[in-house]
Amino acid sequence: MHDKTLAQLSAGLASGEYSSVELTRHFLDRIQRLDPVYNSFITVMADQALASAASADQQRASGKGVHPLCGVPIAHKDIFCTEGVRTSCASKMLDNFIPPYNATVVDNFLAAGAVVLGKTNMDEFAMGSSNETSWYGPVKNPWDINTVPGGSSGGSAAAIAARLTPASTATDTGGSIRQPAALCGISGLKPTYGRVSRWGMIAFASSLDQGGPLARTAEDLALMMNVMASYDPRDSTCLDLEVPDYTAGLTNSIAGLKIGVPKEYFDEGLNPATAKVVQDALRQLEQLGATLHDISLPHSSLSVPAYYVIAPAEASANLSRFDGVRYGYRCEEPQDLRDLYMRTRAEGFGDEVKRRILVGAYCLSAGYYDAYYNKAQQVRRLIKQDFVSAFEQVDMILGPTCPNPAFEFGSKGDNPVAMYLEDIYTISTNLAGLPGMSIPCGLVDNKPVGLQIIGNYFSEAHMLNVAHQYQMATDWHTRQPADIG
Amino acid sequence: MSWETVIGLEVHVQLATKTKIFSGSSTAFGAAPNTQASAVDLAMPGTLPVANEQAFRYAIMFGLAIDAEIGKTSVFERKNYFYPDLPKGYQTTQLAKPIVGPGHVDIQLKDGSHKRVRIHHAHLEEDAGKSLHEDFHGMSGIDLNRAGTPLIEIVSEPDMRNAEEAVAFAKKLHSIVTSLGICDGNMSQGSMRFDVNISVRKKGDEKLGTRTETKNLNSFKFMEEAIALEVERQIDVIEDGGKILQETRLYNADTKTARSMRSKEEANDYRYFPCPDLLPVVIDDATIEQLRSTLPELPDARHKRFVEQYGLSDYDAGVLGDDATMAHYFEAATKVCGDAKLAANWIMGELSARLNGEDKTIGDSPVSAVQLGQMILRIKDNTISNKMAKEVLQGVWTGEGDPDTVIEKRGLKQVSDSGAIEALVADVLAANSAQVDNYRSADDSKRPKMIGFFVGQIMKASKGQANPQQVNEILLKKLNELI
Repeated sequence: MHDKTLAQLSAGLASGEYSSVELTRHFLDRIQRLDPVYNSFITVMADQALASAASADQQRASGKGVHPLCGVPIAHKDIFCTEGVRTSCASKMLDNFIPPYNATVVDNFLAAGAVVLGKTNMDEFAMGSSNETSWYGPVKNPWDINTVPGGSSGGSAAAIAARLTPASTATDTGGSIRQPAALCGISGLKPTYGRVSRWGMIAFASSLDQGGPLARTAEDLALMMNVMASYDPRDSTCLDLEVPDYTAGLTNSIAGLKIGVPKEYFDEGLNPATAKVVQDALRQLEQLGATLHDISLPHSSLSVPAYYVIAPAEASANLSRFDGVRYGYRCEEPQDLRDLYMRTRAEGFGDEVKRRILVGAYCLSAGYYDAYYNKAQQVRRLIKQDFVSAFEQVDMILGPTCPNPAFEFGSKGDNPVAMYLEDIYTISTNLAGLPGMSIPCGLVDNKPVGLQIIGNYFSEAHMLNVAHQYQMATDWHTRQPADIG
Repeated sequence: MSWETVIGLEVHVQLATKTKIFSGSSTAFGAAPNTQASAVDLAMPGTLPVANEQAFRYAIMFGLAIDAEIGKTSVFERKNYFYPDLPKGYQTTQLAKPIVGPGHVDIQLKDGSHKRVRIHHAHLEEDAGKSLHEDFHGMSGIDLNRAGTPLIEIVSEPDMRNAEEAVAFAKKLHSIVTSLGICDGNMSQGSMRFDVNISVRKKGDEKLGTRTETKNLNSFKFMEEAIALEVERQIDVIEDGGKILQETRLYNADTKTARSMRSKEEANDYRYFPCPDLLPVVIDDATIEQLRSTLPELPDARHKRFVEQYGLSDYDAGVLGDDATMAHYFEAATKVCGDAKLAANWIMGELSARLNGEDKTIGDSPVSAVQLGQMILRIKDNTISNKMAKEVLQGVWTGEGDPDTVIEKRGLKQVSDSGAIEALVADVLAANSAQVDNYRSADDSKRPKMIGFFVGQIMKASKGQANPQQVNEILLKKLNELI
């Protein structure tokens, strides 16, 4: 059962091939058996999952129409607040935090009747590209447990690659859905900023954070998007736009699709083997009737520096609430208020989080604001303008998701900038607020490579159509790691 | 050496919205600690703010009332600092693009002169919670009920030159926001708080001296005291050859002393930046015009109207018209009794004295405007004398009932039966024949002075209940008959 896609599982439940309880038990067993190796879950919700599976089975048995995802198991990234269930954001700071409310995304899946297997591991507060910053330890890439799964949604991606869950929610601030999707050989979609509610999703960088799905196929992403996307008046940055049926246009032909290929995404920083795999994928799309056009996104090289000013600046304020006063970690025996603050935050946050808080506070401080924060915002507008111009010529922009396949643990540990450059192709879409996808398009040394699809604002349905057509013509999305039980 | 004081004010005004500026929690005062604090107010992880539209409407109304430019694009920013009563670790406020731009407020001084105080801007922001340092055995308690209450902070230019001007300005602001109905004006509950920036310079100097900021004054009286104290301190320091340090000071109204809270060097770097959770708010002209057309009467217009409509003096119109609650009280009482002059006299005299005596404002007067009006009606129809009216007021004040009930219960009805009064007069004249003889033999010019004795005797005989005007008339008639 674990080899099936979300769509197949939904069909199997509908036909009565198996019950949700059987399905849920199967995945819970796999998690119990295999996850000690991958460490992809922080919290497994076995009891709650079986209870909601039983209730889903009842609903289906009642004969009333149910949502396609009713009784289908999924996982939530541990950044989405779940009422009554610890939500840690992979930080010691929130190791004891049990929210009294659900994220809107969590509520949406609850309403659909989906079964939540548990909360997945991630980089602490979503800050990282390797899942090495989690307080609960790193996640192992099922393709090679000596390599990283990517981050920050590494737990979600690894769990899907290891067939411990068919799909998961995730978040993407600079590539945190697409990069782990690429490194774990699965599909992931970061929607347009404002498409998925951020209520109850613990903030890293508010103007860049966006929730989205991870799954095996584009079709599964469409099923997930049908639930995740919603207008939410509790999130002022959420757009009041009708949610389309993302599965409706999947089978459309892509003949005549104009694909832009930015030269900046094939520069010297790109691994030549990865470049070849991506070029092959582009030719495959040509065969499906698309046309390729050379384009330029001239300010691409500025995206990483701009991002590493804006994201830490917002994070420095967003993480101020973790002060030991109302919830979360509090240091032992504080001597006074200052001691409470200093030790709580020194002991509760990991190194990467502290690094970004320091960078962010510095960029916003008196005398530096204009040189850093303001300048970065100007660059952000230029990057957005690059895309606006490009989309006047082409329908989609395609290229690699990451410069390299999965790297080994600790290989970039002492060099944060080398780690930051792993996100060079994904960050600019967050700065522009555009939707971006990654789908498997080949292997290099038996490590997956991701093809990135960047669409215009709110063109997710069209992007999923392109990805689905590619997946109908290829089998990279069906490849799976050896030795996953 | 002659010194000039320069004063600027920053005024925090709590807006009278039902819910908080970024959450649906109630803003009502006085609830049990933390019962009006939602997940948003507690800054729980993942929660997000949603701006309160009514707070914007109120802020725009204030802007229109002070003839200010309304910020068409209004941006919230985060002001970062750590304090336990600030749950997010930043205050959501406005800096570069406030809702209200430059405007002005005109004040009238005691000598009758007028002065214009310029407003630099006014911005929307959230209030912090409260730290409670008592009752926790050396620890501090945090009450977040107030956290997120909407405020406008009104920032004046340094246009005031003494405490009188500063207090007049503060009172005028109080009058404007209560007239608009955007603030309940309750100073003792912190609905209006004043930060006073004070510097001194040699008379004639152009350059401003170094200023200090005395924070969180919540009464006009404390403000006046704190300014006097700080001006004196600054002049003493300078005359002793010292320098004023830029610092924040706290005034203690109990000990009438002030102390330094923090110096400029200890000041926070607030690292302001636009709040990414709240998009810029664009105010369209239609909204502004709609609010302008429904703006309630403002204090200056009301002042003018009181002079014209009720024939009040400029001074009386100021006392009765500047405070919205007072103005409503006056107009309600006048409506009942139909006599503005009497209503004005009773409110500004007896009633105000009683209110001041118990440290009450007109808003908490135990005697309602309707009751005062009814009482005045009884004076006008000769049921009671002015002197009895004071007793009636006392009775209504202490809850004995409406004026008519009090008059009935206390037996305060004035005797206006001319037959009865004539009998009283006859009795008194008969019993005091010596004085009557004196009166008869006296010069015309001395007689009026002698009348008082007879009036006193007659009133005494009537136990104070005889109508004094009738007593006068009948007595004169009788005495004249005897001449």
